[in-house]
Amino acid sequence: MSEKIKFGRSKVFFETFNRRPGPIKKNMHYCPGCGHGILHKLIAEAIEHYGIQENTTLIAPVGCAVFAYYYFNVGSISVPHGRAPAVATGAGRANPESYVISYQGDGDLAAIGFNEFLQAANRGEKMTVFFVNNSNYGMTGGQMAPTTLPGQKTTTSPYGRNPETEGYPTPVCEIVNALTAPVYIERVALTTPGRVAAAKKAVYKGIQNLKERKGFSLIEVVAPCPINLKMDASQVNEFIEKQMLNYFPLGCLRDRTGEMENGKLPAPVIRDEEEVRKVLFPVRSEHGVAADFRNTSEFFNSELRVKIGGFGGQGVLSLGVMLANMARLRNFNVSWMPSYGPEQRGGAACCAVTVSRGAIPSPIIDRGGNLLIAMTQAAFDKFIPELREDGILIYDHTAVKLPQLPATMQTYGVDALAVADEKLGSSKFANSVLIGVLAAVLAKNGMTEADQADFNRAFAEAVTEKFGRKPGAVEANLKAFEAGKAAL
Amino acid sequence: MALKKFRVRVTADECKGCGRCIAVCPKKLLSRGNELNIQGYFAIIATDPGNCIGCGSCFYQCPEPGAITIFEEE
Repeated sequence: MSEKIKFGRSKVFFETFNRRPGPIKKNMHYCPGCGHGILHKLIAEAIEHYGIQENTTLIAPVGCAVFAYYYFNVGSISVPHGRAPAVATGAGRANPESYVISYQGDGDLAAIGFNEFLQAANRGEKMTVFFVNNSNYGMTGGQMAPTTLPGQKTTTSPYGRNPETEGYPTPVCEIVNALTAPVYIERVALTTPGRVAAAKKAVYKGIQNLKERKGFSLIEVVAPCPINLKMDASQVNEFIEKQMLNYFPLGCLRDRTGEMENGKLPAPVIRDEEEVRKVLFPVRSEHGVAADFRNTSEFFNSELRVKIGGFGGQGVLSLGVMLANMARLRNFNVSWMPSYGPEQRGGAACCAVTVSRGAIPSPIIDRGGNLLIAMTQAAFDKFIPELREDGILIYDHTAVKLPQLPATMQTYGVDALAVADEKLGSSKFANSVLIGVLAAVLAKNGMTEADQADFNRAFAEAVTEKFGRKPGAVEANLKAFEAGKAAL
Repeated sequence: MALKKFRVRVTADECKGCGRCIAVCPKKLLSRGNELNIQGYFAIIATDPGNCIGCGSCFYQCPEPGAITIFEEE
């Protein structure tokens, strides 16, 4: 007489757990009597039942289930603490064929990762979350968790959890039930055979929802942790039945899967580059050069490293952006890195702009700068040590008192704010005045006439790109630029 | 039609002896053994495996993937 297996090891588990270090290759690492093992079996069986093993991605959390990828023969990603739903979102969206499961414990989901979890639930991501609630932090030795019961003693609540100081157990399912997007929310427990059968049904439903792309499903599993609770199998079942379930009532809180059509994961949207440009820069300048244009001027043979410093509101950052955009329009590699206080006006502001034909290894400029534009004494004092001895300094001569500087350093004092105020009626054009000054300085430093003309054109293009919707502003900035050239 | 026949098997070396299965067996076929297995646990043993009714209660209580297997005669 032959036999067939009625209940046995699921094929979704690896035959031998070769990823697990040590000699034990058939068992999981969980403690005796742990609920994780039971839930793992139910999930594996459901994956097998719905035939989605090939396309399933299981996100293993931090916590006891951190090594879930030792056991499940599915795609797996191990993620930082609490970040499983965020990574599951990315994994699902990037691979619309995949079925993504987020497996999390109570510390991972209800404490450190509660935000990620709630946001994913609120977006209605098409994933299934298995939430193991065992009333304590298991992996680290039984500390108090968000789900610990009032009066429950743990290693960090030796007198029992006091709701006055530590609050009440977090009712995760009830909180999620306040959101609109989730389609399926159920709480089950792993105690009696009847409860486990109900849990199995819920797990199957969760995997079915995943397969049919119904939407966000949450299955909270009230699970035994006999070792940390210092109980045996029957005591821990009694603890769950008599105590935990008072705070975590079982049942299906929501099932809207009937109202949902079988869906698909949204495919990643890749937009046409030109379309994006139109949205970001609705008014395009006349683009002066072809896409494969390369400036061959000797002037840019070495990387140009510019530091601009002043106080917030002087246009320090926009001056840097303008220079960076000019270089970008001429197909240079360019970086712009700002540094400023939280305030929009006042305080110190600076930015670093690097323009290069080659790769830019770092956007940071802390030494070896070629050019420093200092609008305040503080910025000058701070950044002058970074300037090379043969570098160029442009400074506000009413604000900055120059000390003795190396003779090889070129210094140009100009009161850009006053020039802007005088010629254009507003000091807000000071940054364009300074680019005019820079144009004049570059001309003195051997830039060819053709390159000078191109510098002017690049400025006009960058200004048009930025202010194209305000024709007056384009004109004023061009005027400020000319004023700057004349001011030197 | 004859009643289906089942057999329960506990793989001693895969058992951690937590005892979850003992209480749920309606036929009380499972009990704690007195020999340590390779993992250092007193594994559960099936005393009268042929009397199994194939309900699967013990299988779904067991946290280990392959410690309990239930066979059905064909």
